[in-house]
Amino acid sequence: MATVHFTAHLDGIAPTEPLKVDGETVVEALSHVWPLYKRLRGYVLDDQDRVRKHIAIFIDGNLIRGNAALSHPVSVETEIHVLQALSGG
Amino acid sequence: MASRMFAATRKGLMEYRRNGTNWDHARTHFIGDPVANLLVDDRDDALYAALDLGHFGVKLHRSRDGGESWQELDPPKYPKGGDGAPSLVLLWTMAAGGPDQPGRLWAGTLPGGLFRSDDHGETWSMVESLWNMPDREKWFGGGTDVPGLHSICVDPRDSRRIAIAVSCGGTWVSEDDGESWRVCSHGMWAEYVPPEAKFDPVTQDPHIMVQCAAAPDVYWVQHHNGIFRCGDNLESWQEVTGVPVSNFGFAVAVHPHDPNTAWFAPALDDAARYPVDGKVVVMRTKDGGKSFDVIREGLPQNQAYDLVYRHGLAVDDTGNELLMGSTTGSLWFTADGADSWTLVNAHLPPVYAVKFG
Repeated sequence: MATVHFTAHLDGIAPTEPLKVDGETVVEALSHVWPLYKRLRGYVLDDQDRVRKHIAIFIDGNLIRGNAALSHPVSVETEIHVLQALSGG
Repeated sequence: MASRMFAATRKGLMEYRRNGTNWDHARTHFIGDPVANLLVDDRDDALYAALDLGHFGVKLHRSRDGGESWQELDPPKYPKGGDGAPSLVLLWTMAAGGPDQPGRLWAGTLPGGLFRSDDHGETWSMVESLWNMPDREKWFGGGTDVPGLHSICVDPRDSRRIAIAVSCGGTWVSEDDGESWRVCSHGMWAEYVPPEAKFDPVTQDPHIMVQCAAAPDVYWVQHHNGIFRCGDNLESWQEVTGVPVSNFGFAVAVHPHDPNTAWFAPALDDAARYPVDGKVVVMRTKDGGKSFDVIREGLPQNQAYDLVYRHGLAVDDTGNELLMGSTTGSLWFTADGADSWTLVNAHLPPVYAVKFG
């Protein structure tokens, strides 16, 4: 289980409040979010389920770049932040 | 005569409505978001907007009430593959199928895939016959990292006949609704490849291709290194020589009723990509490219750096009205076939595409 936060720029697409979800890894945790928010997956992942180039995933405050973030293990204490990278601005 | 016109820009989709001889800004859709292109489907008046969100990817929205409300649809997706498999980079152009194909839409994308929908954009399938062609491996990016399919011409005589153009991948035609394809850029030549590859039809860079509605045997292409015209239903292309100002540019529009009349928005060359001498002009031919008018009236003639992208020039159904938008945010309109232009707005975001509708 982990807590997932989404950027406020995804208001209307993603939950606006932190969401506690099950999972042993980031991708497992996110897989519990996708069914709840129909369009969200395509905003975070590309056609090949890769993390979009200008999406930044922080795990407990550390930026984990690219797809490495998806396989990162999580625990009940883990805070996942899905943000938009400044590189895409 | 169209009652609306649109400019798809870096910061939203601007809608204008006719007010006598003027155009009033009516509203901005998707304010703040890049809108790559718009399809106005004349068959049912639906609008389709292709967004290119910098962080969150390509998005597709449809309106069935004239833009009062929009519904987000799933955009085309590239098939799942292994490491390095492609993903949708840009939804660059969309086209409506024929009147006998309700719900049929075509979508051209980067990195080069063509997609088809038969349910008004609800779902999309890749045209694998095109994607899986061995020759597709020879395509390469022109101005972008990957190839881009930017032109889709659905033949008004036969909706199953579709012609496309790719930068850089030449022009292709299908006679069987996309089941099979043959290259049809014979006669074009490329100055950006070694001499041995100069005439390879598969690596030509047509910046855009348009088809005359009333004389569908005739197509025009603004190519990377010239202007080409086809008068024989895509069997061969002839270069238009003696072009004034510059034969480099991105946009061409063909008169819907007169295959010999076409308009171009030239730029200096591929390295510079700005108007020759900082003066914006439109070139118009009325005799199939034998001669050109160079039109300056109403266009800036001093220190102008406006570039007109390939979807930045549109002609209406009458052939009298045109709309032109530039990278530096200028939008011009003409009601007299481009004899003179009127500035609609000089301060828009970069304009990617313009449409009447």
